[in-house]
Amino acid sequence: MYEFLVDLLGNNIAAFFVAASLPLFLFILPYALFAVLAERKVSAHMQDRLGPMRTGFHGILQTIADIFKLIQKENIRSSQTDKILFNTAPYLVFMGSFAAFAALPFSSWFMGTSIDVGLFYFLAISSFVVAGILMAGWSSNNKYSLLGAMRSVSQIISYEIPTAIIVLTMVMITGSLNLDTISDQQTSSFWNWYIFGGAELGLGKFLLIPLMLASFIIIFISTLAEVNRTPFDIPEAESELVAGFFTEYSGMKFAMFFLAEYANMLAVSFLVTVLFFGGYHSPIGYLGNSFGIEWLVPMEQFLWFSTKGLTFVFVQMWLRWTLPRLRVDQLMTVCWKYLIPYSVAILLLVGLITLI
Amino acid sequence: MAIKTEEMVLNMGPQHPSTHGVLRLELDLEGELVLDVKPHIGYLHRCFEKHCEAMTYPQVVPYTDRMDYLASMSNNFGYAVAVERLMGIEVPERVEYIRVIMAELQRIASHAVALGTYGVDIGAFTPFLFLFAEREKILTIFEDTCGARLLYNYIWVGGLSHDIHPDFVRKTKQFVQEFKPRITELNNLLSYNKIFVERTANIGILPADVAINYGMTGPNLRASGVKWDLRKDDPYSIYDRFDFDIPVGEGLYGTVGDSWDRYYLRVLEMEQSLRIIEQAIDNIPEGDVHEAVPKRIKPPKGSIYSRVENPKGELGYFIISDGSLNPFRVKVRAPSFVNMEVFNELCKGHFVADIITILGSIDVVLGEIDR
Repeated sequence: MYEFLVDLLGNNIAAFFVAASLPLFLFILPYALFAVLAERKVSAHMQDRLGPMRTGFHGILQTIADIFKLIQKENIRSSQTDKILFNTAPYLVFMGSFAAFAALPFSSWFMGTSIDVGLFYFLAISSFVVAGILMAGWSSNNKYSLLGAMRSVSQIISYEIPTAIIVLTMVMITGSLNLDTISDQQTSSFWNWYIFGGAELGLGKFLLIPLMLASFIIIFISTLAEVNRTPFDIPEAESELVAGFFTEYSGMKFAMFFLAEYANMLAVSFLVTVLFFGGYHSPIGYLGNSFGIEWLVPMEQFLWFSTKGLTFVFVQMWLRWTLPRLRVDQLMTVCWKYLIPYSVAILLLVGLITLI
Repeated sequence: MAIKTEEMVLNMGPQHPSTHGVLRLELDLEGELVLDVKPHIGYLHRCFEKHCEAMTYPQVVPYTDRMDYLASMSNNFGYAVAVERLMGIEVPERVEYIRVIMAELQRIASHAVALGTYGVDIGAFTPFLFLFAEREKILTIFEDTCGARLLYNYIWVGGLSHDIHPDFVRKTKQFVQEFKPRITELNNLLSYNKIFVERTANIGILPADVAINYGMTGPNLRASGVKWDLRKDDPYSIYDRFDFDIPVGEGLYGTVGDSWDRYYLRVLEMEQSLRIIEQAIDNIPEGDVHEAVPKRIKPPKGSIYSRVENPKGELGYFIISDGSLNPFRVKVRAPSFVNMEVFNELCKGHFVADIITILGSIDVVLGEIDR
């Protein structure tokens, strides 16, 4: 697609920018609107309710109406806040979570930018959120915000360690940091997915299967904690800290935190999909290939990718409306006493297996 | 060089999602660790006791509704029993049966709110709505009977405001049948949930002697292992005719008297209330509910302290009569007010998150604390 854009725009740099921002406008923003509604609908149906029903058919326009309402709101900033930090924080959080999508391969044809350090870029840019959260919590000059930011930062930084170790394990197996390459290694059948040990047959594949299942569970739990979702939604635990680090925010700035959270949910779901569930590749083959329609294949790939990603988003919502929330010290116990030792053990074992 | 640190004072409330009304807690924090808690009450003070002195006896009943607004029936019941004892009124059988059924339904409704909001405090939102759906059915039964959903003014001195609805018996039986599986569902969804147990077990342990010293009553006292229930120990109305157990806390997942015990005791009490309703509902005798209502309520000179077992604990009315139409003095021993006193004792040394856990497990209603 990059070549196509170069032809269209006649300029390398312009094409690069357009390509990198296309996923954002074509997919992520509509997704965020959809996800907010989906969360409300999922929760409602789990709780014997109907959820929003008035705006449009079964409330499908509810989020759009909400966004319009929030845009119209006055930007309230209390007098004792640090003006620059307070105003920058939401943009930083928003940027951190949305920029992560640039490196994700949506299909073989539709990808923001195919950089060779995609995985590294993904982890780095999504850690950017931490700075935004800390800025928001500190500048608000509110005790609840400060407590929320403290909790959030310690939580995200702690849970990045098991995530990074599992990602390192995957890099050892795949031999690549490029998300596109990793996806391509898991092509043609679901048996080739890395959750089932990858495409290479042999003893190694079968030894890897239990380890891969374990690492999938670890990375799913730790990414759940990284995006502050229940049972790890301690930073914004509304029963204790009102709204955590964004207590003082209102209007569109609040909406930006909100949309960033949903974008983050999808980003980590996509990461798990690429690493373990074959990325954009279909588990059963393509209609486009059987009928000889070439342009259909990327469409199908896009569909598969978003289906897999949204499934994990649904699981996250499902967990949120089922489980209570952990306490801060219990959260840290889960990370430091269980997830990190296990992930290090997996790293060592996978290292041994890849040697043989 | 040591870093200079200082304690942080955090005002929790009166506008806070989980202070259950307008309670203000002044927390002294060292990081997340709570050093001291000072509850500030009085935001909902309505001079209930002083008001009563200007009212005639029947006029006080609607005011009792507004104390523990989640258990208005039980408040009416307590007041009616107190004035009847003062005047020596014998109440017809039919009235007694209806009163007991209403009070037990109200107990289930009140516990449903307590357990549901407790789930929300811990972070589980779904059980809250499941329980509120059940509470809604009870409120519908009340609405059919007396027209009100929250503040009933139903149990009068010497009788009831209305006779029961023709559909009452069928609807109540249906509710009892529908509610039983819901208790199992609640247990599977929340009570035995690993995270929920981790959050509540061994948090805010209240030993039996401390509980007695602070004058705790109701589920909070029983959760500490003390078998004390006024329905058995100081029977009023016709509770001595029914067969039911008094559950006590056993420390199933932690220590006796921890937050989980207080939570689970309410679940067990709902089951016992269902048992009482099942026994009473088929035996309601015929009769006139207005038969014993006096034309003029004018108790003789004297005073009385009468207590009933409310969902929150012992609700006592101390009434002094000077022989006129208005009470000379009405003093209420509100269970939430007394139960709140032990709060500071329980909270010391816990985390901020545990404050909410403990407050929810004590289950206070601010309308009753402030009156």
